[in-house]
Parts: sequence; structure tokens; C-alpha cells
Amino acid sequence: MSASVLELPDYRELAPEVAARFDKISERPVILEVRNLNKVFESAEGPRQALKELSFEVRRREFVTVIGPSGCGKSTLIRMLAGLDEQSSGQILLDGREVSGPGPDRGMVFQGYTLFPWLTVKKNVMFGLEIGGHSEAVAESEALQWIEMVGLGSFANAYPNQLSGGMKQRVAIARALANKPRILIMDEPFGALDAQTRCQMQSHLIQIWRQVDVTILFITHDLEEACYLSDRIMVLGSNPGHLMEFIRNPVPRPRSDEQCLSPVFLSVKKKAGGVDPPGPILEPGATAEDSHDPGGG
Amino acid sequence: MKPTRDWLGLRRELPEGRRNVLVVFSFALPLMLWCLVSYVPWIWHPMVRIADPGEVSYFQKEMLIEKKVFAAENRTMREAGLRQAQGSPANPIFLPAPHKVAQALITAFQTPPRLPNEPWLHESLLHSISIIFWGFALSSIIGLPLGILCGTFRAASRLTEPFIEFFRYLPAPAFGALCVAMMGIHDAPKIAIIFIGTFFQQVLVIANTVRKNDPALLEAAQTLGASRRQLIFRVIIPGSITDIYNDMRILLGWAWTYLIVAELIGATSGITYFINQQGRYRNYENVYAAIMMIGVIGLATDLALAWLGNNLFPWKRQGQKSLWETALDYIRPDYVK
Repeated sequence: MSASVLELPDYRELAPEVAARFDKISERPVILEVRNLNKVFESAEGPRQALKELSFEVRRREFVTVIGPSGCGKSTLIRMLAGLDEQSSGQILLDGREVSGPGPDRGMVFQGYTLFPWLTVKKNVMFGLEIGGHSEAVAESEALQWIEMVGLGSFANAYPNQLSGGMKQRVAIARALANKPRILIMDEPFGALDAQTRCQMQSHLIQIWRQVDVTILFITHDLEEACYLSDRIMVLGSNPGHLMEFIRNPVPRPRSDEQCLSPVFLSVKKKAGGVDPPGPILEPGATAEDSHDPGGG
Repeated sequence: MKPTRDWLGLRRELPEGRRNVLVVFSFALPLMLWCLVSYVPWIWHPMVRIADPGEVSYFQKEMLIEKKVFAAENRTMREAGLRQAQGSPANPIFLPAPHKVAQALITAFQTPPRLPNEPWLHESLLHSISIIFWGFALSSIIGLPLGILCGTFRAASRLTEPFIEFFRYLPAPAFGALCVAMMGIHDAPKIAIIFIGTFFQQVLVIANTVRKNDPALLEAAQTLGASRRQLIFRVIIPGSITDIYNDMRILLGWAWTYLIVAELIGATSGITYFINQQGRYRNYENVYAAIMMIGVIGLATDLALAWLGNNLFPWKRQGQKSLWETALDYIRPDYVK
């Protein structure tokens, strides 16, 4: 990497108000705790370790992003947190209780659109509530509030195929939040959206997060997205997937689009992107991000 | 993709007008060919219809005689100085002209049966429809749940599908004799043939359709807290219902193809009986009319089901469609069945 034209501050230096914020967060209870998590896949060529000794904790109302190249075990981690796959060893604790199998206490938003195409927006959001035993009337009124919150009030009776990609993801967020999950786990939720929509969705997500008491674990391969959204950035390395660094994001909140160009933002972005030695395979979206030099820009 | 005015655009849609012209032609061309053969005397017409038998002893008015024989007889008459027969070129009796068949489409329904215990045409058709209905309904009552079960649970699939896979290669009509022995000669064995012809395919097709259901939806529902039972009734079934519906439409079409064989088993009945009898009486225009009726009923049923499906599953709809618009969609090749 060429020498930076711009003198970037150290990403570890926290402004006093940011440091105070992290102090406050560290006093909050731990929502999600992962201890010595390992995942080994049995393949034809023998066992392959996807995740190695991963440990971290996420505190209440914290916004944590997970970033890393392909093969770093992001998806594996997500599937184990969701309860869709089982870990080989280690523990996943939610509110101190071990997680087993999928459940409504962890709200999921996937990259692929997973709205039920046969249900209207309203019915999609009502799905988890009805399954959770709420009466139809209660489920409906709660669902409508969530739909209002994500700004789709006028689309309550539309079917998913009438919505744009960004709208679908808003509904998916509403559907996950309606269950009042302890943590919202988002697996590259905006990865399939165009750049403009993605920006809108990011600020929209921050708005929701500020209004709702929810902890968010957000997987992405977009450095800018990670820097813009999160309190802390978990950087994973690949082969096998392991924790490389937990960056405390020094960019003060509330954040604006202009901050994406501030030196402190760029220093985090550079750090988050730079700690990774170039992996053997990069995700298609990640290559473009990695190619432009954050220091030189 | 925008329609192209190029008639030979590769996999490109044509403009509305051209598309409709082609649709009309796809029916009009065979009809024109038929008209040509029927109404233009110098095309084919291998027979002569006798208008005046002359003094040929065995000729009668309206009789159809091969051209060669007609010419030979007339030569004999001429040489003997007798009066020659007169006639006009005609087609064999098994190829009636379009207008005759068109007439027959009406008169066949109005003509009382020749024998007192014979059914009218509409009764024959209704009987055939009831055979199809019961065969298909019985097959679906078992096949639909079984197919969904096989598509949902590997255990059910491994237990039943290998045998069904084997059984579906056995041609349904081969069971005719057995069905008659077990169920008598009336409707039961015919329904059984339709059942055998439909059921095994149905289970496999529906199981496959259910298996194609997007697993991501299942996982999403799981993370929302759905139990196994809720996954089946709230995700798997609604998620594949539209494809199952379309499968059922195609399967119903297959059931019709077994109809004629089924009706020949035991005591011939229904439209098959009508066709056979009319063939025996050499009323071939009625035979054509009856065959066309099968096609019309099949197509009309499928169209009605397509239209119904469009109304049953609003999330698949691109907009409200009339029956006529459904029909137009239907005859376009890009129509997704």
C-alpha cells in the first residue's frame, strides 16, 4: 500500500465522548456470549475447520458488525447463532442460557429475500406473533405498528412481489423485530441492494436501532457499512476462521454521510480492511471495496 | 425485453398484433388445409359419388365408388352402347368436409340414439367426465397428501418412492383384465385404470414440487419460532401450493389420455362407446365431432382452472385477468404452466 497522502489518526484513539459511550456500554449486561466456538466440517478430503476458538460478547443495545473475507466463517457463525447448524464445540449463551436450535429470541434477517411470498406484508410481520400464540387482533395491531416504524404503512396489504428489494428488507426487519428478539442478527442484509438504496437502508436501520431496545449483530463485507453502522467491528480472518481484532469504532455518533470522509472514519476503515492479509478468494463485492485505497482517497 | 418486429428474433417476443395473428393462424392453417382437401375437387378426391347410376347394375345414387372402378364400368357401358353413369369427385367417407363436422357438432347432440338403451351424446360425455372425475379425485385424495408427505419427510420418501418409481412404468391398461376380474365390468374398473394411470405419477411429481420449495423460507420460519407442525402447514404447504395446483392441471390432462383405453375395458361406455357406434354406422362426421368434443372439454377445463388459479392465488397474479385474457396468455408459448 502506498504512503498515505492524508495523515490519519490512530484508530485506537477515542475522543472523550466516544470513550464515555464505551464505558457506558461496558456497564450494560451481556446479551450474547460466545465461548471457544469451533466448527469442523467433515468433507470428502477430510475434516475442514471453518471456525477456530472464537470468543466474544455483545452487550445490550450494542451494534456490532462482523467483517471478513470469504471463508472466514461469517456464514457458519451466523447459522450457529441462529441455531440452524450445530457447533462442533464451544458455547453460545444468550442471556446466560445456552442456545439450542432456532428460536424467536434471535431475530434473523438474511441477505436473500425470505419473505413468505403468499402472505401480505402485514401477514408476514404477523407470522412470528401468531406462532408465538398472540391472538390475531393483537398480532395485527402490533404488526401494523412495526410496519409503520419501517415506513411501509401504505404497503401493509401488498404482496412481497410488489415490493422493491429495499422494501422487502424493511419488512424482513419488521418481521424479525415484531418477535421482540433479544438480538437481531443480520447476514449481509443489504448486500443485494444497489448503492443508493443501501445507504438509505443503513441510516434507516440506525434510526430503528435508536428507537427500539435491540442489540444488533450485523455481518457484512462492506468496510464502509461496518464503519458507518457499528459500535464495535469484529474482524475475522480466514482459513480457519478466527478473530483477528475487535475494533472499538472511534467515530462519534450521531453519524452522517459526511463522516464517511472524516479522517477518523478513514482510519477505522483502513484498519478494518488492512488487518486482513489478502485471502486466497475474495467475495465479488469485497474486491471492489478492497481495491480502492482508503488512505490515498 | 421489448417486443421485436423481426419475425425471426431469437427468443424475442413479438408485438401484440403479430402474436395474435400467429395464434389465429395456428388454428386456421390446419383448417385451411382440411378445407382445401375437402372442397377443391382436383385435390385428392379418390372416389366418385354417383349422381346417376346409368345402366350399371350395382351402382346406386349417392354411392361412393373408386375412380378406377367407375372409369372401368363406364368403359364397359360405352362399349356395350349402354347409358353411362354420372358422378362427381368425392373424398372417402372417413374424411368428411369441415361443414359436415360443424353440422355434426350440433346435430349429434340432437339426434336420438338408434337403439332404445343407447345414451345420447351428452349422456355419453357426462359419463366420460364422471369417470375422469372419480378416477382423478380418488387418486388425488391419496396422492396429494402422500406426495406432500414424501416431499417433506425423507423417511416417507425412502419408504414409498422406490416402489412407486417401479410401478409407474407398468402401463395402466395392462391392469384392465385384473380390474374387470376384481371389480366387474361397469364403471369401477374404468375408474381404477384412470387411478392407476394418474396416482403414481402424481405422488412423484408432487413430492418433487414440494422438495423444490425454497429451504431459506423454512429456515426463516424456524428462526421466527415455528414448530415442525407449523412449518408444514404454514410454510411447506402454502409455499408449494401454486406449483402443486399447476401440477394437478397437467396431471388432469394425462388422466384424459387414459380415458379411451379405460372405457374400452369391460362394457364399453361413455364417449368411446359413442365413437365406436358411430363408426359402425359409418357416421364419421359424428366421430370427428365426438373427438373434438374431448379436446374442447379438456382445453376448457384447463382454461377454467388457469383462471381459477389466478384468482385463488393473488400473490402470483400480475393483475386481475378476465377469462379471455387468461385464454390469450394460455396460448402464448411463454406462458408459464
